[in-house]
Amino acid sequence: MTGKEYRTITDVKGPLVFLNKTEPVAFGEIVTLRLANGDIKNGQVLDTSDDLVIVQVFEGTAKINRETGVTFMGDVFKLPVSTDLVGRILDGAGRPRDGGPEIVADEKADIIGAAINPYSRQSPNDFIQTGVSAIDLCTSLVRGQKLPIFSASGLPHNDIALQIARQAKLKDSDEEFIVVFCAMGITAEEYNFFRSDLERTGALENAVLFVNLADDPAVERIITPRLALTAAEYLAFEKDYHVLVIYTDMTNYCDALRQIGAAREEVPGRRGYPGYMYTDLAMLYERAGIVKGKKGSITQFPILTMPGDDITHPIPDLSGYITEGQIVISRELHQQGIYPPINVLPSLSRLMGSCIGEKTTREDHKSVSDQMYAAYAQGRELRGLVAIVGEDALNERDKQLLDFSGVFEDKFLRQTRDEDRSIEETLDLCWTLMSSIDTKYLVRLDQKWIEKYHPDNRE
Amino acid sequence: MSNEGVIYRISGPVVTATGMSAAMYDVVRVGHEGLMGEVIELHGEKAVIQVYEDTSGIRPGEPVLNTEETLSVSLGPGLLTQIYDGIQRPLPTLEKEMGVFITRGVDADAFDLEKIWTFEPQVAVGDEVVGGQVIGHVQETDTIIHKIMVPPTVSGTVKSIESGDFNVTQTVCVLEDGTEMQMMQKWPVRTPRPFQQKYAPDTPLVTGMRILDFLFPLAKGGAAGIPGPFGSGKTVTQQSLAKYSDAQLVVYIGCGERGNEMTEVLDEFPHLIDPNTGKPLMERTVMIANTSNMPVAAREASVYTGITIAEYFRDMGYDVALMADSTSRWAEAMREISSRLEEMPGEEGYPAYLSSRIAEFYERAGRVETLNGDDGSVTVIGAVSPPGGDISEPVSQGTLRIVKVFWGLDAGLARQRHFPAINWLNSYSLYPQSLDQWFRDNIAQDFPEIRTQISGLLQIESELQEIVQLVGSDALPVDQQLTLEVARMIREFFLQQNGFHDVDAYCDIHLQYHMAKAILSFQDAAKSAMADGALLNDVVNVPARSDLMRGRFEKGYIDRIDSMVKKMNDEIADAVESN
Repeated sequence: MTGKEYRTITDVKGPLVFLNKTEPVAFGEIVTLRLANGDIKNGQVLDTSDDLVIVQVFEGTAKINRETGVTFMGDVFKLPVSTDLVGRILDGAGRPRDGGPEIVADEKADIIGAAINPYSRQSPNDFIQTGVSAIDLCTSLVRGQKLPIFSASGLPHNDIALQIARQAKLKDSDEEFIVVFCAMGITAEEYNFFRSDLERTGALENAVLFVNLADDPAVERIITPRLALTAAEYLAFEKDYHVLVIYTDMTNYCDALRQIGAAREEVPGRRGYPGYMYTDLAMLYERAGIVKGKKGSITQFPILTMPGDDITHPIPDLSGYITEGQIVISRELHQQGIYPPINVLPSLSRLMGSCIGEKTTREDHKSVSDQMYAAYAQGRELRGLVAIVGEDALNERDKQLLDFSGVFEDKFLRQTRDEDRSIEETLDLCWTLMSSIDTKYLVRLDQKWIEKYHPDNRE
Repeated sequence: MSNEGVIYRISGPVVTATGMSAAMYDVVRVGHEGLMGEVIELHGEKAVIQVYEDTSGIRPGEPVLNTEETLSVSLGPGLLTQIYDGIQRPLPTLEKEMGVFITRGVDADAFDLEKIWTFEPQVAVGDEVVGGQVIGHVQETDTIIHKIMVPPTVSGTVKSIESGDFNVTQTVCVLEDGTEMQMMQKWPVRTPRPFQQKYAPDTPLVTGMRILDFLFPLAKGGAAGIPGPFGSGKTVTQQSLAKYSDAQLVVYIGCGERGNEMTEVLDEFPHLIDPNTGKPLMERTVMIANTSNMPVAAREASVYTGITIAEYFRDMGYDVALMADSTSRWAEAMREISSRLEEMPGEEGYPAYLSSRIAEFYERAGRVETLNGDDGSVTVIGAVSPPGGDISEPVSQGTLRIVKVFWGLDAGLARQRHFPAINWLNSYSLYPQSLDQWFRDNIAQDFPEIRTQISGLLQIESELQEIVQLVGSDALPVDQQLTLEVARMIREFFLQQNGFHDVDAYCDIHLQYHMAKAILSFQDAAKSAMADGALLNDVVNVPARSDLMRGRFEKGYIDRIDSMVKKMNDEIADAVESN
C-alpha cells in the first residue's frame, strides 16, 4: 500500500524529521522520504499523535527540506526472509550489497522480534568446542548462549571471533553453523578482513552478512542488528539451522542510540547514553537461545570495544548484566605477544556448569578448570608480591605457583590462529602443565582424577 | 464523558487517550487489539496510559476502553506452582495461545477457573465473620492448605455455607446482606493488603547458607538487599534462598533478567525437593518471570503483582519469602516510563519518587498479626544491580536506607571463586539483637558469642593482611601466623559453600554452629600445642584437619564432626611430642 505524500515537515533536527497534519500514522511505521532531486530515504516513526509525527531517518537528514515528500508505508519494518539469504551480503538496511538480485521472500518478518516466552525456552546444554583452550576449559560455550567478547581498541578480537566461527562445532559432530555476521560502523578494512577470511575458508557460502560500515549512516545501525537477528531467527526456528551470530562493534551501536536520544532531547542516563539502553540491548541479546519443539538454535557472539579499557563503562556494564558471561581480552597479555590474549580471571561463562562433565566433555573438566584457574589466579597475585619483596622471600608452594602462572600463559593460553585443540587435548595439556606443581598443593583436584589422569600415574 | 475514548498519541509504551473519563490507575484496553494498559497521569481531557504490551503498529484514532478497575491480581486456589508474566498471565497459557514468542492482545485467566477443589468449611450458618477471617480451606498442594478468607472489606453474618467440590468462581458462602463469596478474590496490586499490626521480628529465616545464617541473619518479616556487580552471584544466591530457606511459601520474581536463567529455574525447581518438608519445591512456589526483553511496563508491575500474592498467603498465617531479582530493573522500568512522560528527573535520570517507591515496596515486608489474629510474615530479599558495581548509585542507596540486612556481593571474591561471594567485612545485619534469644534457645546458649569470635577473627585477619601485603607472611610472629591460618579456615571451610553440591548446598543451622566451634577448637588446640613447643607447620598440617574440612561434603557430617574434631586435637597434641 502506498499512501498519500505529505509535504508538511516543520522541523528537522539531527536524524529526526518532525511533521504535522498527517493521516493517523502507526507507531513504528516505515516511512519513505522523496527529496527534490528524486533521491529516496527511509525512516521509521518514533512518536505519533494527531498533531505531530516524529520520524527517524536512517540515511541521515542531509538535503531534507520542507519540500521533501513524506509517505507512510502502512506497515512496520519487515525483512523479506528465505533460505536464499544464505551466502548473501546485504547492507545495513537489508538491501543487496553484493550486486546480486533482491531476496525473494518466503515471508516478511517483523524486525523488532517478539520476546521468547521463558516457559517455552529450552535450557542450553550442548557444549560447543571452539578449539581455543582458554575458552573451552574456563568459559565453555554452550549452544544457545550469548557470550560477548569484551575487548578494546587495538586488540585482536576479530581474529578470535573468526577463529571461533571457523572452528566451532559440537563435540563429535560435523554439524556446522550458519554464520550471521552483522557489522555496525566498522571500517572497510576490518570488513574486508572478515570477508576475505570467510571467503578463504569457504564459510561465506554458509553465511549471511549485514554490513553497515563506518561511513554508512549511523542511524541505520539501529536496525542492522535487528535485521541480522530476524534472519537468524528465521533460519534457526523456521529452517532448523544452528546459527552463530557475530556482531561487531556493539559500541558503535550504542553510540548511534545515544545520538538519537540526544536529538530527541531525552533525559540522558550515565555518560549520555539513554536510560532505556539496558532494555534496548536486552531486545537484541535475548534473541539468543533454543526453544522447545524447534531444532535450530541461536548462539550470539557480540564484540564490543570497551572505551578506555574500562569494564565499568555503561556499554560493557549493561551488556554484562544481560549476557551469559563474557570473554575478556587483555592488553597486557597482547603486549606480551600472547595470542589469544584472553584473561581468564574476569572471564566467565554462566552456562558452563550445564554443559561440561562426563557425558559431554570429560569427567575431570570441572575439577581441572577450577584448579587451573585457582593456581593461575594465585600465581598472578604473587607477581605483585614478588615485585616488592623479591622471589627469595617466597616459600616453596608460592614459588611453584608463580612459575606456573608463566607456564599457563605461555603454554596453555598461547596457540596459533589456526590451531584447533580438541577438549581432550586441552585437558591433557592442563595435566601436563599442572604436574610442575607438587600434588599436595593441588587441593581443588579430586583425588580420583589425580590417580587417573596425573602424568605420574599414567604410563 | 463515557468510558470510551480514542488514542491521541503513541510514544513507545506510553499512549495518550482523549475523550475518556478516567481515574488514576484505571486499567484500560488500548486499540483494536485491546492491549492492556494503566492510567498513570491525567492532563485535563487527556489520560496518559502505560501499556503492558508492544505498541508498534497502533495508530492515533484507535479506540480506548476504560474498564474502571485498578490493576488487580486474582487470588485463590491454583496460584501455587504457577509461572506468570508481570501482569499475572500464566506463561504456559500464553504459549498455548500464541506459540513460543510472546505477541500481544491475549488475555489469560490467572489460573484454571474450571478446576474443582474440595472446599471444607470452617464456619457455620449464623456465625459472624469479618474481613480476613477464614471460612474454609482447600488442600491446594501436598504441603499447603489454602485458606479461603473473607475479603478484607467484607463482614456480616453467614446465611449459608457450602461444603464439597466447587470451582473458584462458584459461590461457597452467602452472608445475610446477600454478599456472595467465592474461593477467588481480587486485590489491587498497588495497595498493601490490610493487617492488624506489625510485630517486631524475632525468628530468623534460616537459609542453610552459613555466611547468611551465622554472620548476617535475616529475620522472618525482614527485608534484605543484595547488591553486586554482574557475575558476582546475585542470581545464584537468590535461587539458593528460594530453594532452601525455611519459609513456607516462596514468591520468586524474575524482573527484567535473563531468559535462559528463568528457564533454568523453571526446569530445575520441579525436580528439587524442599529440605524442610521433603516435597517438591514447586508446590510451595509462585513464579513471576518478566524477562528483560518483555514489555517494560509489565516489568514495572511485576514486583507489585508478586508482593500482593505474598501478602495474600501471609494473611493465611504463612511465612512467605519473596525474592525480587533484580529491583534495579524495576527501577529502570520506572525511569524509562518517567522519561517518556517527560517528568523532571532526579538523580541519574531516575524519577524523583524513586526512593519513596523503593521504600513503599520494602515496607510491605513484615511480620504481622493478620486480620483474623494469625501470625504471618513476608520477608523481602531484593537483588540490586548497581552499574559498574558502584553502590553509590540511587537504587542501591534507596535500598540501603530501608533494608536492615545488607549482603554485599564482591566481584573480587567471585573472581577468586570464593562463593557465595558475600563480603564479610562490609555486609551487615541489624537483626542479631532481636534474634539472639532465638539462637540461644534453639541452637546453643553461646551461639551469639561464637559468632562474635568468628567475625572478630575475620576482622583481625583483614588488618594482618595489609601487613602481609607489604612484608610477606613469614615476617609475622607465629601467633599471628596462626591467626591467619584460623581465618583462612573460616573462609575456606566455613564461609565458602558450594551452591551446586548435593550435600554442601544446604547446611543445617545446628551443623553451622558445630563447624564454627570446630574452628575455634582448632585455634585453642593449636595455641596450647605451640605454647608447648609444637611448630606451626606441623600443627596446621595434621591429616585429621584436612579430613575434618573435607568431611562437610559427605552426608551425616553432623554425626561425625565431634569425633573428627577430637581426632584433630589429639594429633595436634601429638605434634608437641614429635617435635
